[in-house]
Amino acid sequence: MLAMNYRGPFRVRAAHKPYPEILHPGDAIVRVTRSCICGSDLHLYHGLVPDTRVGMTFGHEFIGVVEEIGSSVQKLAVGDNVIVPFNVACGTCAFCKQGLFGNCHESNPQATAVGGIFGYSHTAGGYDGGQAEFVRVPYADVGPTIIPEWMDHDDAVLLTDVVPTGYQAAEMGGIKTGDTVVVFGAGPVGIMAAKCAWLFGAGRVIVIDHLEYRLDFVRNYAQCEAYNFRSMEDPVLFIKKTTDWFGADVCIDAVGGDASGSPLQTITGKKLLLQAGSATALHWAINSVKKGGIVSIVGVYGPTDNLVPIGNVVNKGITIRANQASVKRLLPRLIDHIQAGRLDPKAIITHRVPLEEVADAYHIFSAKLDNCIKPILIPPSARK
Amino acid sequence: MEQIPNEYSHINGWGIDADPKNEPTYPMKNYTGDDHQRINWERPPLQNVTVEILKSNERPNLTAVFGTSSPPSGLSGAIRRYAFKSSESEYGHWLPLLLADRINVVEGIIDDLRQGHIPNIFAEKGWKADWKYNRIGLAKNVLIGVAVTTALIVLVNRKKRKSAL
Ligand SMILES: NC(=O)c1ccc[n+]([C@@H]2O[C@H](COP(=O)([O-])OP(=O)(O)OC[C@H]3O[C@@H](n4cnc5c(N)ncnc54)[C@H](O)[C@@H]3O)[C@@H](O)[C@H]2O)c1
Ligand SMILES: [Zn+2]
Ligand SMILES: [Zn+2]
Repeated sequence: MLAMNYRGPFRVRAAHKPYPEILHPGDAIVRVTRSCICGSDLHLYHGLVPDTRVGMTFGHEFIGVVEEIGSSVQKLAVGDNVIVPFNVACGTCAFCKQGLFGNCHESNPQATAVGGIFGYSHTAGGYDGGQAEFVRVPYADVGPTIIPEWMDHDDAVLLTDVVPTGYQAAEMGGIKTGDTVVVFGAGPVGIMAAKCAWLFGAGRVIVIDHLEYRLDFVRNYAQCEAYNFRSMEDPVLFIKKTTDWFGADVCIDAVGGDASGSPLQTITGKKLLLQAGSATALHWAINSVKKGGIVSIVGVYGPTDNLVPIGNVVNKGITIRANQASVKRLLPRLIDHIQAGRLDPKAIITHRVPLEEVADAYHIFSAKLDNCIKPILIPPSARK
Repeated sequence: MEQIPNEYSHINGWGIDADPKNEPTYPMKNYTGDDHQRINWERPPLQNVTVEILKSNERPNLTAVFGTSSPPSGLSGAIRRYAFKSSESEYGHWLPLLLADRINVVEGIIDDLRQGHIPNIFAEKGWKADWKYNRIGLAKNVLIGVAVTTALIVLVNRKKRKSAL
């Protein structure tokens, strides 16, 4: 079968690989019909995540058709169309039982700090991912969710990660009615977080990025304010001023370790790897939230450590809430929102690329060429 | 607190201000008390180990399932095995892994050549997309490439000339 194949930082190709096998009674094999490239994949692509091995197939955002099931699988049948959450989750450990499907303790032997994630390095479990024609899906009775008849498959594929992550970013913000919410990052996740902030009753939503085309998009799509940090001397000062010198009630970091905007952070975090990615957006979030405010982090950082103004977290009494999204927990609510027209995820898809051209798709998304917001990959077997 | 459990009866005021409703992690977490059972949940059936899997030393056993992509091999594999002697809290874990990742890239190229495949690095870097959407950037990259190569040639020639003298 054809699959994306990682060869090293900034180098990927489509190549043939053996068809995946059922390795556990709870497994299913899914024939992928669509997969996305995510901002999280860029951290791997840029070589920022330790234990990213050559030959691995990335891809944690995919949907498809159940092709084969293991002996204990009961909730899925061959032929079902399924949304596969990006988290590999067992459903029975203490964490899954309490709704923390992003923190499963039975899906990743290689690290305890992060649960299993499809196609996301060996630090997240060593699973080959869904940027392929077929993929092995463990715990098939737990994560995969049947795509409702009425749902557009372009919406369905965004339910595997982007929509739940944006939603959870807003949820973790503990937004009170009327709150001013600042979202750092106008990528797919930040766009969704801005859109969802309104669902929690935000009074004002502000998005910060430096790519004009994304700012234009989010301004329309999420009906919010959007500003370019390159046009400000100091984004923190800008936010203080625009909140009557009080600070934002809630700040959301939807950027993570690939942040730009501070040369010192970029050099130490992305070039020298002295820290686990550059923490520019998180730094701004901590410093522009009000005293007693909440900083919600969904941006992904590496596992070592980062330079952040922790002293200000203490002095300002900030609450930090963060996690990998718990996709399975949120799916029922989000499916409702889509059906009711409150969320329209597929509007963020800008590029549809054949899996054979995966190298171009990565480069376009990484270098932000051709006004790219969200690229999806279509395997050859899904185009027949 | 209605009744103080025996093991705490010697502590005056134990649990007096406990407020189960103050659960700041809700709704991210639906607190059930399972945390205090530690890791003693009923485990799913265990996947058979068919390839070498490295295990974090912060846990007692492998997880019930795991990925089997790209098992450790060669020099990078040896470094990865070494890295897993240290916990996730140590630089001794992550820095060797990053080093192994870089060595693995070279191993990947050697593997390709061994299989008679010359990797098309430009295609792998997606430069075709640059030709379409980013010609100025591409031109810059090519110019830098040419400049660096020329400088190298000049340098090597100079050295040669010196040693010929
Ligand atoms: N926690 C989770 O479950 C989860 C899930 C999915 C993605 N993520 C993470 O969310 C982040 C965003 O993902 P994405 O797909 O939207 O990525 P993306 O790369 O498309 O978007 C990131 C955006 O941030 C902007 N940016 C860079 N520096 C900035 C700064 N200093 N301030 C404000 N904006 C800045 C970039 O221009 C870009 O538009 C990534 O770190 C990704 O790994 C987390
Ligand atoms: Zn993702
Ligand atoms: Zn679990």
